[in-house]
Parts: sequence; C-alpha cells; structure tokens
Amino acid sequence: MKEEIDVLEKTVSSDYKYGFVTDIETDVVPKGLNEDVIRLISHKKNEPEWLLQWRLKAYRHWLKMEEPTWPNVHYPKIDFQDIIYYAAPKKKPQLSSMDEVDPELRKTFDKLGISLSEQKRLTGVAVDVVMDSVSVATSFREQLAGIGVIFCSMSEAIQHHPDLVKKYLGSVVPMTDNYFSALNAAVFTDGSFCFIPKGVRCPMELSTYFRINTEGSGQFERTLIVAEDDAYVSYLEGCTAPMRDENQLHAAVVELVAMNRSEIKYSTVQNWYPGDAEGKGGVFNFVTKRGICQGERSKISWTQVETGSAITWKYPSVILRGDHSIGEFYSVALTNHFQQADTGTKMIHLGKNTRSRIVSKGISAGKSNNSYRGLVRVSKHAGNARNYSQCDSLLLGDKCGAHTFPYIESKNRTSIIEHEATTSKIGEDQLFYCLQRGIDAETAVALIVTGFAREVMNQLPMEFAVEAQKLLAISLEGSVG
Amino acid sequence: MHMLKIEDLHASVEGREILRGINLEVKAGEMHAIMGPNGSGKSTLASVLAGRQDYEVTRGSVTFRGKDMLEMSPEDRAREGLFLAFQYPVEIPGVSTTNFVKTALNEKRKYHGQEPMDAAAFLKLMKEKMKLVEIDRSLLTRSINEGFSGGEKKRNEIFQMAMLEPDLAILDETDSGLDIDALRIVANGVNKLRNQQRAVIVITHYQRLLDYLQPDVVHVLLNGRIVKTGTKELALELEEKGYDFIKDEVSITA
Repeated sequence: MKEEIDVLEKTVSSDYKYGFVTDIETDVVPKGLNEDVIRLISHKKNEPEWLLQWRLKAYRHWLKMEEPTWPNVHYPKIDFQDIIYYAAPKKKPQLSSMDEVDPELRKTFDKLGISLSEQKRLTGVAVDVVMDSVSVATSFREQLAGIGVIFCSMSEAIQHHPDLVKKYLGSVVPMTDNYFSALNAAVFTDGSFCFIPKGVRCPMELSTYFRINTEGSGQFERTLIVAEDDAYVSYLEGCTAPMRDENQLHAAVVELVAMNRSEIKYSTVQNWYPGDAEGKGGVFNFVTKRGICQGERSKISWTQVETGSAITWKYPSVILRGDHSIGEFYSVALTNHFQQADTGTKMIHLGKNTRSRIVSKGISAGKSNNSYRGLVRVSKHAGNARNYSQCDSLLLGDKCGAHTFPYIESKNRTSIIEHEATTSKIGEDQLFYCLQRGIDAETAVALIVTGFAREVMNQLPMEFAVEAQKLLAISLEGSVG
Repeated sequence: MHMLKIEDLHASVEGREILRGINLEVKAGEMHAIMGPNGSGKSTLASVLAGRQDYEVTRGSVTFRGKDMLEMSPEDRAREGLFLAFQYPVEIPGVSTTNFVKTALNEKRKYHGQEPMDAAAFLKLMKEKMKLVEIDRSLLTRSINEGFSGGEKKRNEIFQMAMLEPDLAILDETDSGLDIDALRIVANGVNKLRNQQRAVIVITHYQRLLDYLQPDVVHVLLNGRIVKTGTKELALELEEKGYDFIKDEVSITA
C-alpha cells in the first residue's frame, strides 16, 4: 500500500504550460470599484443609458449582499477594491478578418494551440476570443450572418442588436441572483453573444477562448446564447491564464435560452491557472451558468472538463419549463495539489414529462478537495418528471478528498428520481497490471483516469475531446513516478 | 543460451519467506510446467519474476536474455519481452482492450526505438491475432475485463500475449475458473503462439491443462523449492497419486 501511495504521489506535480504573459499595450481602468468606475466602463463601451442604469442597480444591490460561505472551499477574503475591472488591448479592433489581429495576440493564441487564422475553416469552428475584458476577434462572422446566425462579442451585440440584448440579458440569471452574478452584472466587460434564428441548425461549432492577461485584473465576461424555435447550436469555451503569485478573480455569467424544440449544447474546457504545487496563486473561478428550456421539447446540455483554477465554484443548471424538455449535465472535475472544486448542477423541473440526466466524474489527487453539489427539484406541476444522477469519484493517493452533496426535492408523486454514487481508488492491482504490459505508471494513471471520465469525454465535440484528454493527462503529470 | 536463468532465488512477503532457493533454466522454444499444491509458492514465483513490489527478493539472481532482471522495473521487464498472463486479470473501467493493448504495444515499440504503429497496421495485426486466439471483436471494444466471464478474461489475456509477442510468457493458473470448452480454446491459443524463439512457463495446480499443452519439462514446487523435475509423465503421476506422494518421497530422500 505504501509504495502504491508513493508512486501515485509523484505523478501529481507538473507545470502549467499556459502560464505566459503577453506583452501588449493595454488600456486599463485603475483598481477599485465604485459607481464612477462602472460609469467609466459603460462610457468606454459606448453603452445605452438603460444598460448603465441596469449595471448601477446591480451594483447597489451587490453592496447589500453577503459573500456566500456555504461552498466547501476555503480562501482568504477577496479585496474587491484591489481588482482591475477593465483592461483592454489598446489596438482595438473592429476587425473584419482574423488576419488583422495584433501579431502579439496571434502569438498568444498560437501558444495556446488555437490557430486563429482562417485555417479554422477546415475544422468548421468559429472562434470568438476574449482577452482580459474585451473580445478581440470573431471569425466566420459573415458566413454565419448569411444564414441569420449572429455570433459576436457582447459589446458589439449591445451596439448592433440592442433589442435582443435588452430582451434576454438577465432573463435567466437575474442581476440579483447571487453575490457573484450581481458583481458581474455591475462590471461585466465583454463575452460572447449568439443568436440562432428559427429553424436554423448552426453548421459549425461556435467557440470562445477566454484569457486573463493583465496583472491584477479580474475577468467578468457575460455570455448569452439564444436558440429560437427548432434551432440548434453547439458552443465551446476554453479558458487559460498566466501564472501569477496572487489570486485572480473570474466571475462570469452565462445564460442560455432554448425555445420550442431547439437544442443548445454547451461545452467547457476550463484550464485557468490552478496555482503552483504549494497552492500559491491561481484563479478563483466563481461562475454562474444557467439555461432555460423555455419551449416544449427543447434541450440544453452542459458538458464541462474542469482541470484548472485554484478554486472552482460553479453549478451549470437547467430550468426545465417547457413540457417534454430535457436537461443534461456531464462533468469531469480534476483537482490536484491544493486545488478546491465545489461544482455540480441544478435541474429544476417545472414542465410535464421533463427529463434530466447528471453524470459527474470527480478526480482528486495531491492534497486537493473535490466536491459534487447538485440539486434536483421537481415542482408540483411537473408530472412524470424523471431524473437520473450518477456521481463517481476517483481518488489518487490518500491526502485528497472527495465529497458529494446531493439535494433532492420532489413535490410530485409521479416523478422518478434516481441517484447513484461510487468512490474508488486507483488500485495497486490496476497499476501493476498496466506496468506488466510495459505501460509506465504515469501513462497508466492517465489511461485509468481517462477511462474513468470516458462517458463525459464522449459528449465533447470530437476535436475538443482530444484536447481535453491531453489536458487530463498533463494535469496529472508527475503524480506517479 | 538460456533465455531465463534463476539461481538460488529467495523471496519473502511481509517478512515471511515463500521462495526458498529456486533454480530454473529455460531455453527459447521450451515449455515448462510448474506444478504444486496451494501455498507452495507458484504464484509468488510469477509475481517476483514480473517485479511486483510487495515481494522482496532476499537472495539469488534472475537473468533474462543475458540481463539482470531483478535490476529492471516491472515495465522494462515487460518491454524486454516478459509477459504474465494473470490469474485474476483486473478491470479498468472505460478503457477498451483495444486501447489498452495499443498503448502497451506502442510503449514497447518506443522502448526499442520504434515509431508507434499506425492505425491501419494495428488493425490488421489485431484482426490476425483475434482469429488466432478465437476472440470476438465485440469483446475488445468493451472496457477491459469489466463484466467478462472467466473464460473471456483468460482468452483476453492470451489475446494480449499474441499482440505483444513476448519472448517469455508466464501463464499463472490460466486454467483456473474455466470450463472444459473455454480451457480448450485457451490452450489452443497458447499452442498456436508457441515457436522456436518463445519460451513459456505454465503454472498450474492441475494436470488437465497439460493434456492440451504438452510441456517439455514438468517441475514440482513444494515449500518454495523445486523438488522434482521430469517429463509430462510426472504430471500424470501427480494427477493419479496426488501431491502427498511427492511430499512422502521428498521427506524420505531428505
């Protein structure tokens, strides 16, 4: 047993390979938060008056709120006056082609392994890139516009499609929803906006990459995706940050609206800087993601692969309002070193014959703590609602923790709710079996972990599944020797 | 030239000595059977040779293809051409046999300075070996050993052996838990994998597997030592008279 633990311990200590800083001129609003800062952000973004008022209302509400303490995570108190709320690359951009992007920025994205160039045409992925606070480039815009799909930064949407933004912004996550969503509403700077009109199946994956670059800055993006009747879209977001000693705050809000018979598939590969092996630095990832199945037979599916952040606090949820609507949540959360994750989902069944499915795979290594927290709520009117939840935890070594907090509330006697949970360790027998076949311990652990996460990985779009699989392996490098 | 040479091998588990001076020489092309009652040290010998950590070698040497095997890590022993067919193959959920074997094969190729095998060549090799050991394609796409019957597990081990083409294969109680049909299929597979370059050590409690395998040499292991070596007739004699007859014989000569 002891040797097994020694062996496992060594595998968990790799370097974060996205930890570089890009040297670009940045337009920064001084640290601190007050109404003037919010007015300045709104002014810089040339926003309509209603939006400024919306932000201010959110800010005033936030001032009265308390930071939540219920998650199973521990961190020093955040000084909200010590954060930069607006940082934008200076050469700002109304770019028509990806070739016009700042070369330094291009280099950054090359390092990240996302080729921003029009090569993406081959893979059929449209990309929006958000650096610090501002969206810097969106590819394929014209082609998408041809079929009526709007895919642009939130800032541009506010300028060019104000009615749509006004109609849906805050309709799923109200500005007063929670502490971090209220903060986001007050200071959000950019994000992505997607609108898929009636009957259109978006022909390519839409993708956004988020990157925090400027020191001391927070990232507060806001994403809104609307699928009208019979529309379909698959959307992916990726996230990275430079290595820094201090913690950086990321408090995003994502809202999804699915109308009759439409489907939104939202996939995340989250790899914010997790801090070093001693637990220093890393991103605080406090995110509110929620979708509403507004129409009948609509479907929202969340898939997330979470390997980064010092602290993750996020519960992508689905409100199943339309009859026969479907909500899904597939999650792999891997924590190593001193990382803490408290993540899960909420499935709120309001409509009849609604169905939800939750598959959560938690992997804990090093001295990390990994919690699944999920709520399944079936209302009085949600006849024949069904839920199936499966929460599996895999432990590497004996210094990490896995926790499960499932909450079930059912007010309808015709509903069926199932919950299964397992906890396992990578066994000495499994490891030896691999070694005997010539597979070294590190590769063996990656193989076993990937196998454990298979069901979720299979939900990712093909090209991102490969990336996510590599990420899992990298995140565990050095945990076995 | 010996493929495997074991000299005066002593090994213990948690301070308890299990192997007490094993001597064994195996040449390429040979098949040796090691028989013995429960607790005689058969499986310990297999584990020590494969390099399992819980076993401590206290004395003696093992030379494999001219190299000091005890100095090598378990994975390097495998890459050098040692294969152990496990008595209890473990499950790895979510990892298909195909994926597992591909990883193993490419690790071995890397060790020998070769490029990874491309998908087409791998598929071709797999088809060929599947036929050889009579294993169904559907089994290989499932999570390895998960929900497999006893026979399927053992057949899967032999399939892996076929794919990895070891110089020395140790079959640890491969016959345990098999009905007669499964036993025949597994034995057929092993027979087809015998050749002039490959040595096989069959560890078994019962003679019945040897009906199908025809070993060149049969050893009897008792209390951590090889106490008798003979031809396959020795196995038949054991079957007939039981291990007590050897015990009596050994105590008389001792």
